[in-house]
Amino acid sequence: MDIKELYQEIILDHGKNPRNKNIFKDFNKDAKGHNPLCGDKVHIFLKLNNEMKLENISFEGEGCAISMASASIMTEIIKGKEFNVAKKIQEDFLNMIKEGSKLSLNSLSDSENTTMMSLSGVKRFPMRVKCATLAWHTFIEAVEGNKKIVNTEN
Amino acid sequence: MDTKVIKSKFPIFQNKINGKQLIYLDSANSSQKPKTVIDRISKFYSKEFSNIGRSVHSLAVIATNRFEETRDLVKKFINAKSREEVIFTKNATEAINLVASTYGEKFINKGDEILITELEHHANYVPWHFIRQRKGAIIKFAECNDKGEVDIDEIKKLITNKTKIIAITHLSNVTGAIMPVKKIVDLANEKKIPVLVDGCQGAPHLEIDMQKLGCDFYAISCHKMYGPTGVGILYAKKKWLDILPPYQGGGGMIEEVKKDNITFPGSPTKFEAGTLQTAEVVGFSESIKFIEGVGIKNIMQHEREILEYGLEEIRKNNSVRIIGDPKNRGSIISFTIKGIHPHDIATILDEDGVAIRAGHHCCQILHKKMGIAASARASLGIYNTKEDIDVLKNSIKKCNKIFNN
Repeated sequence: MDIKELYQEIILDHGKNPRNKNIFKDFNKDAKGHNPLCGDKVHIFLKLNNEMKLENISFEGEGCAISMASASIMTEIIKGKEFNVAKKIQEDFLNMIKEGSKLSLNSLSDSENTTMMSLSGVKRFPMRVKCATLAWHTFIEAVEGNKKIVNTEN
Repeated sequence: MDTKVIKSKFPIFQNKINGKQLIYLDSANSSQKPKTVIDRISKFYSKEFSNIGRSVHSLAVIATNRFEETRDLVKKFINAKSREEVIFTKNATEAINLVASTYGEKFINKGDEILITELEHHANYVPWHFIRQRKGAIIKFAECNDKGEVDIDEIKKLITNKTKIIAITHLSNVTGAIMPVKKIVDLANEKKIPVLVDGCQGAPHLEIDMQKLGCDFYAISCHKMYGPTGVGILYAKKKWLDILPPYQGGGGMIEEVKKDNITFPGSPTKFEAGTLQTAEVVGFSESIKFIEGVGIKNIMQHEREILEYGLEEIRKNNSVRIIGDPKNRGSIISFTIKGIHPHDIATILDEDGVAIRAGHHCCQILHKKMGIAASARASLGIYNTKEDIDVLKNSIKKCNKIFNN
């Protein structure tokens, strides 16, 4: 497999120019994620309204291109969606990365699909799966968790 | 020295990695093993195996002899005064834990000071942290400068009447800085402070002579010396081993066990509880023979040549920052590439068959000091060549190309 299948243009672009990489003022949920083996760190902030819609989401963090691009892509795709929908997208994403299955949701637009698919190459690099999934686990933790730091080793 | 011949002694290089010739630049993490070491383990299990030091049957005698012969080889290799000063552990980490735990228990009390450096691997910090917690001791860190080395004056100025031990690396696993161990030992001797040396990177790449170095404790990682995993060595001066309490309790380390009391034998038995990694220790005898066969002076000279070539070639790439610039440097080149995370570097290099390590290399304090979270590290062994460096250099260029920087 060519290394460029992992480092696709979309990923490099999100890695270099991450979207929603900031802290906004009125977030009401947040969680931190840490990958102790590589040192990737991510902090997810979100505003979840009474109707369980993700009004806003952002992240801060440092790490490799894969982890930062994945966080950026996630925030771009789930921003403005209902939490239940976002959770399904997360599950779909994890299946793609871990099991190599195709994205099954039809609620995503074509361009959202393409963006998510750009990370599918990670499946072939087992040591990098945790980089790609860190932000997505941390997002769920922010909504459902009890403020523990998400640790990819536990 | 014919590096082709050397490389041919290591079966791993017959394999392709991602369809490419393996360029192994991760020896500071763990070195590859010559066929003689691999075969020795197989032969031991096939023809000589039994548990050691317990039974009286013939195999037990043969196995015990092979194991103890390795102790003699180690004693000679590191020039210890006596074979009792050589203790087998499961790794260098356990060797340091053994000292921290037993010496710490007996000699370190509330308010006492443990002096280490900012260069230390976590294995030479965390065990002391446990003593800090258990005893209320203080850990002082001798600062490293921007060249990635610790000046002896930094150590000197931290020594007080409360300093109970100085624990330092022999060769930094990140910057490659070689510490002036002998000078530090002389300094410590004036104040009667024992010195522990973390020799994980020192032992495979430098001449190590315990009587010349004069340190009290020296921890060795055998799997970094072309030897099997599961074996470490603690060298300790006999005067300490005589007075330190046992580390772990169990079979093999007792003298007499009664319901109301237990007595213990002398070193090394006192410190080697339970069944040891017998085959691996015996396998390690072949590592010593291999190193002695090539000659440590030849190893040092060869690695110096490759290191200098590597530094020179990699420096030509303006996007690369080499971590540290110590005057006295061992076979390690840690680096970062502008705009590319070390893990991405390692993945891209791996596609070309180049194995390096990326991360904090168990040195978070040092990385923080250097203003980075992680680095990529190319580390050398006896089998590396200038051609390996050329492949590395071209792979680094490929990183630049992919990330367009």
